[in-house]
Amino acid sequence: MNTKKQIVEGSHAVAEIMKNLRPAVVAAYPITPQTHIVEDLAKMKDNGEADFEFINAESEFSAASMVLGASATGVRTYTATSSQGLLLMTEVLFNIAGMRLPVVVTCANRAISSPINIWNDQQDSVTIRDAGWLQLYAETNQEAVDLHILAYKLAESLMLPVMVNMDGFVLTHTFESVEIPEVSLIKKFLPDYLAPKDSTLDTANSRSLGTFATPERYLEIRQELFEDVAAAKKEIVRQNSEFKKVFGRGIGNGLIEEYKTKDADIILVAMGSVCGTIKEVIDQLRTKGKKVGLLKIISFRPFPDVEIVKALSKVKYVAVVDKAISIGTEGILATEIKRACYGQLKAQISSFVVGLGGRDITEKMISDIVDLAKVKTGKIGFVGR
Amino acid sequence: MIEIRIHGRGGQGNVTLAELIAMAAFYNGKQVQAFPVFGVERKGSPVTAFVKINDKFIRSREQVYEPDYIIVLDPSLVAIANVLNGAKKSTIVIINSDKLPDQVCPGYGGKIYCVPVLKIALEIIGKPIINTAILGAFARISGLIELEAAKNAISEHLGEKYDKEIIEKNIKALVAAYDYVK
Repeated sequence: MNTKKQIVEGSHAVAEIMKNLRPAVVAAYPITPQTHIVEDLAKMKDNGEADFEFINAESEFSAASMVLGASATGVRTYTATSSQGLLLMTEVLFNIAGMRLPVVVTCANRAISSPINIWNDQQDSVTIRDAGWLQLYAETNQEAVDLHILAYKLAESLMLPVMVNMDGFVLTHTFESVEIPEVSLIKKFLPDYLAPKDSTLDTANSRSLGTFATPERYLEIRQELFEDVAAAKKEIVRQNSEFKKVFGRGIGNGLIEEYKTKDADIILVAMGSVCGTIKEVIDQLRTKGKKVGLLKIISFRPFPDVEIVKALSKVKYVAVVDKAISIGTEGILATEIKRACYGQLKAQISSFVVGLGGRDITEKMISDIVDLAKVKTGKIGFVGR
Repeated sequence: MIEIRIHGRGGQGNVTLAELIAMAAFYNGKQVQAFPVFGVERKGSPVTAFVKINDKFIRSREQVYEPDYIIVLDPSLVAIANVLNGAKKSTIVIINSDKLPDQVCPGYGGKIYCVPVLKIALEIIGKPIINTAILGAFARISGLIELEAAKNAISEHLGEKYDKEIIEKNIKALVAAYDYVK
């Protein structure tokens, strides 16, 4: 192995892996808690470690537009953002997906205003779940690094954009051990990007992308995007197992990861860094004889319905732990889980909301949820202390 | 698992101290997790950082509520920031102060070390940069990190940002504080 473990900040680890992934164009606008990622990339450009074009955009809308344009010329691109920045990008993100451009964005997940709050939850990325992007969620900084490699592989093989989500502060500002693969190893998994023939903007052979579609054509184009994103599940599983062969590690089957679910009578479902805390609590509760498991969602888009139903098929209680809500219904992941399981499970599925706006998610909150999930209240459980 | 909570003020380098402890412990073969709790960041406001040290990878992201060690970079925080919250009987408190423990935390029954790291830093570095000195005190008092590992952490982590002379002075301050604690 030509890599070694080191203690680095999550943001720095992402910047390092981005350097090794060699995008041609990076355009970004700084926003907490994404800032350290793009600051580090700007420094790498400045000191000659990296040779991408770095554009400090005047807004996130511009940054997203720039990577859209650059990607349309057939090169590898990157941007990162958080919270309001992601929302400001939204219009462009839908365009990027519709134009089938393999852009990768890091979302350092952060709460949404108002009230203004710079801390972590997942309301930002989950809110734009319908944009047509693949969405992957990291539990640790190692996973954040690895998901960026996987993201480019998926984006460029499927011609679909991929968003890598890592919890703001909780991961971006945390120092822990991470292994950052070198370029030579990455190249064994991810070759240089070659855009499909006759699909890019070229002054010698002019064409338009993302143009007008009338009612006669629009529906089929949207259906095609829908089907391709749904079909991406297969490619995620395949590339995840290829990833394991090259790098000697990988996350679950690429779509989900099961932790002690086999004999569980209650399973918590979650995504992102909270899964680490949940695993810790599961081990503690199991020493007391409580059969608890975790179903970690890695891929939120496409949503792995079949795999989820299979993982939850024998359990009595399911507690979905969300860091985002759909105001007026419930936790967003909870709705997704219920939809996937409709008519197929007998389990009682409850929705719990934790950690909004950076509220610390304690081990006690998780063990409380395990108890609360067995009580039928018909209400959403906001667990704040 | 060993849990450490660091209290300082914005600009005092307590996040850097958390990183240095984590790196040094990692060099000694441990798994670590270090993270700050950001308030609304500005120079002078109270800032807290955490370090967890364990034999296995640390999965839980919970903040530290019952620290084994409390490190206080600014003694004026004792009165205003509840720095002793969650202290257990076994908790060891390390404070930057040239006073006696009873003067800094009157009535507190637990174990406190007052180390004049500000004085040490001013003498050796010539600036009120105390995080490297208090790292030395922590290394000696806790026995959790070796002096060599602490030195390496300083060279490795600060080497990119500062020139050799500054690094050497910081290592000198580290050793001075290490030696100060008997």
